[in-house]
Amino acid sequence: MIPTLPATSRKTALTKLSGHRLINSPAGLAGTLWLSAIIIASLTAAWWLPYKTEDQDFTAVLSGPTAAHWLGTDELGRDILSRIFASAAETLGTSFITVIVGVGLGTLLALAAANSQRGEGIISRVTEVMMSLPGTVIILAIVGAVGTNIPLIMAILGVLISAGIYRVILGQAKSLQNQLYVDAAKVDGLGPFAISVRHVLPGLATTIVVQSALIFAVGLLIQAGLAFIGFGPPLPQPSWGGMIQSASQHVYDAPWLMVPTGVVLALTVLSANAIGNALGKAAHATASHLPSAAIRRKRAGQAVAAASAAPPVQDAPEAGKLSVRGLSVGVDGGTPLVTDVAFDVEPGTVLGLVGESGCGKTMTALSLMGLLPTGVAVTSGQILWNGKNLAAATDKDMDAIRGRDIALISQEPMRALDPMFTVGYQLTSAIRRLRSVGEQEAAAEALSLLEKVGIVDAKRILKTYPHQISGGMAQRVAIALALSGNPRLLVADEPTTALDVTVQAEILSLLRSLVKDTGMSVVMVTHDLGVVADICDHVAVMYAGQVVENGRAASILDNPRHPYTLALLAADPHANSAHDMPERLATIKGQVPQPKDWPTGCRFAARCQFAGSACTVPIPLLPSGTGAGLVRCVKADELAMEGLAWVPTDVPASHRLDIIEKDMA
Amino acid sequence: MSIETPLRHEAGASVLQQPLLEVRDLVVRYGRRRKAAAAPPAVDSVSFSIQPGETVGLVGESGSGKSTIGKAILGLQKVSGGSVGFQGEDITHANAGKRRAIGSELRAVFQDPNSSLNPRKTIGASLAEPLRVRGISGAEARTKAEDMLERVGLPRDAVDRYPSQFSGGQRQRISVARALICEPKLVVCDEAVSALDLSTQAQVLNLLADLRDEHGLSYLFIAHDISVVQFLAKRVVVLYRGQVMESGLAAAVTESPKHPFTQALVAASPVPRPAEQAERRAVRESLGVRTAAAVAATPGGCPFRQRCPLATELCAAERPALRRVGASEVACHYA
Repeated sequence: MIPTLPATSRKTALTKLSGHRLINSPAGLAGTLWLSAIIIASLTAAWWLPYKTEDQDFTAVLSGPTAAHWLGTDELGRDILSRIFASAAETLGTSFITVIVGVGLGTLLALAAANSQRGEGIISRVTEVMMSLPGTVIILAIVGAVGTNIPLIMAILGVLISAGIYRVILGQAKSLQNQLYVDAAKVDGLGPFAISVRHVLPGLATTIVVQSALIFAVGLLIQAGLAFIGFGPPLPQPSWGGMIQSASQHVYDAPWLMVPTGVVLALTVLSANAIGNALGKAAHATASHLPSAAIRRKRAGQAVAAASAAPPVQDAPEAGKLSVRGLSVGVDGGTPLVTDVAFDVEPGTVLGLVGESGCGKTMTALSLMGLLPTGVAVTSGQILWNGKNLAAATDKDMDAIRGRDIALISQEPMRALDPMFTVGYQLTSAIRRLRSVGEQEAAAEALSLLEKVGIVDAKRILKTYPHQISGGMAQRVAIALALSGNPRLLVADEPTTALDVTVQAEILSLLRSLVKDTGMSVVMVTHDLGVVADICDHVAVMYAGQVVENGRAASILDNPRHPYTLALLAADPHANSAHDMPERLATIKGQVPQPKDWPTGCRFAARCQFAGSACTVPIPLLPSGTGAGLVRCVKADELAMEGLAWVPTDVPASHRLDIIEKDMA
Repeated sequence: MSIETPLRHEAGASVLQQPLLEVRDLVVRYGRRRKAAAAPPAVDSVSFSIQPGETVGLVGESGSGKSTIGKAILGLQKVSGGSVGFQGEDITHANAGKRRAIGSELRAVFQDPNSSLNPRKTIGASLAEPLRVRGISGAEARTKAEDMLERVGLPRDAVDRYPSQFSGGQRQRISVARALICEPKLVVCDEAVSALDLSTQAQVLNLLADLRDEHGLSYLFIAHDISVVQFLAKRVVVLYRGQVMESGLAAAVTESPKHPFTQALVAASPVPRPAEQAERRAVRESLGVRTAAAVAATPGGCPFRQRCPLATELCAAERPALRRVGASEVACHYA
């Protein structure tokens, strides 16, 4: 089971950082090439430069490019090419001082601040003061005091810039500091310094490199600017800024003079920025492997056409009845996520979709709403609602159905609520939109909806913002929001999973009474068999994208026929009370297979205690013998007859290896 | 309070056992200065002890302070009052050096298998870290890591892989391996199986039970799900808003809960048998416990009084002390 993930994920963040990210971006690649060329050329300048910086050629003063002077000469007949590259090493080197001091100090401050709350308070105040100081004035003051000591000035510039770097890095350092693996390291007894170095700093690598590239560019420009206003290295030593300054005096009589130095400076600054952008962008790479919107629309259209071509079911349409027939959902490009799912939901009943994560229950539920994520679509089958096939419906048709006929409540109630608006505003605007009523009527309706979902002080809650209410209250509000269009079917995706059990019980009671009072039906996605027992009339147990057993909840939970259902029940500690709690719970070896690894035969066979040779061919849903129940297992009758139960595998941990080897086979 | 060992005060008894962990009147307040003084504490005078080889469950809803207690014991949360004793030593305010000294005996397994392992380090590096801190050589640490992976049911070559290559259940087993690699006495499991699917949850629970039986470990098992807790724990402590409501043997607390909150908590936990669940629902609805959403926290008295069907003026005036009711200790004037 283990070697399922691609080997690329083994690369560390740092190798990814320096590797193909730069090369994949044309600008980043060009920038890297230019910067490398400049650095190599300036470091080796002593060996290849045609002239010394102070050599004067009075035969060619202020000349353009010639064979003798490739980039021309200045007003004293000095070779521009030689002067640019002779001064490049110092210019680049001193800009790098700013990077080291600025980014280094900023990172150290951020690491220290992330370590202690008090430290953060002090450091943040100090950096705020630093950021409010006028940098130019300070640098000019230092020039006045100590003269044009370029390395010192660049270092002080670094100190001034570090306050901004600190701000950028602090947030990220704090979130890394809150990771559980930092807690684990603290429990190990690692000191704050060791934790910063081993666990926080590596996570900051991308940000640090990106910031360094950008600060390098800033350093170059500021240094050139200082030299331009006369605070560069003492004459006659050349500097880029100084050369641009002298060129500016000959703008009219020798415009070429500005070009070589200006272009080199501009390209170097652009290169540093391009490298920073390429590294930064790669860190937030988008899902570019997904097909474009146009292709998606086309494919969806094809799928819909295929679905419409299927013969309509013979049953007369029944109001408020949902029939799903042969539903398959897949990723664009082929991998199926849900295959051949069928179930019915009668008005006023609750259907449970149960299974572990990765079994396709949420995809099935979202397809009912036409809300599948980008890149995923219904590939075949029908979703019949009031006799209309929703799988073939256009977006416009679905807009008329979503919210009005079919509504959704999700696991995270806070996601359904916009934090910027009050509960009352969100509720009344939904009611106005879905029921086409006036503002006053909508407000009255909002109040009665909140009361209907069991909120006692509804008037106060209407005026609150989502962050001011508890999770249980937010789920009630989300249910009220879902009810605002008087839906006939409610799709509930793990609506109580994030809530405390006492609140869960209240929400389940609320849903039960809503079903009873309004006659609406519910499709409840859940992994909790207790929730199924509490509220569901029917249940479809899903495994690896298929329904493996479906029927009445009472008969399936009390008398499961599929080995997977048997195993889930045996693994559930809620199925036992304290006095009959077993020594070991039943487990299912291995894990749910990835969609690409689904076998052609029974998808559960590899993990099943009862699997045999008959399980290697595709298994259809067969009548289970209890009512209208169906089960996808060739051995179901045999198991039921012999009364076999899923036995806990009684292997002590020290001898567990044999199981793993089977898992991996 | 405390469920004191009766043996503790017996003079000269050779069977006298010192509790492995002793939490006394623990108080934790969040925030600083005035803000902290105004809000009710996150943990309010909680006491309990764990004997060597014993598993104690800490149960409560979100905001009950159960995870905060775990963090205080591990030194991840500053303690405002009371004390934490480990093997007879006061570790309430232990510094990093002291923590390092006891770090091999007091370990933790956290809830989220996705963030409890550093994604940038190999499994081997993560497992070796607690050993390296104690000066064990790289080669020896690696062998130990491989042995430990094998013990939790993973192949030896997993040491060279990264966390992203494992499923949630496998990662949680790696976390268990990391906790047990330096042969601890006590492991604090903070919602260690809550994020897992049923079948993987059962695998990890079985593993914890096996390792406990093999090594005579103690667990402090913190969870919101009382059924999960009672699988591992012989004794449970039920918390509500930072205070102990009830504590006693798991069987007694879950089968005949005495405190109105414990009754509500047990009745609300659904069982996967429809007929029995319908009965439990009827029981729960007959309890008359008010919804949590309707009430705000107010200091003083019993924290549960605004939801409690039995509450009187006495409950607002006086915080009930823990007293023995049947086989359990209960903090209720009317239990």
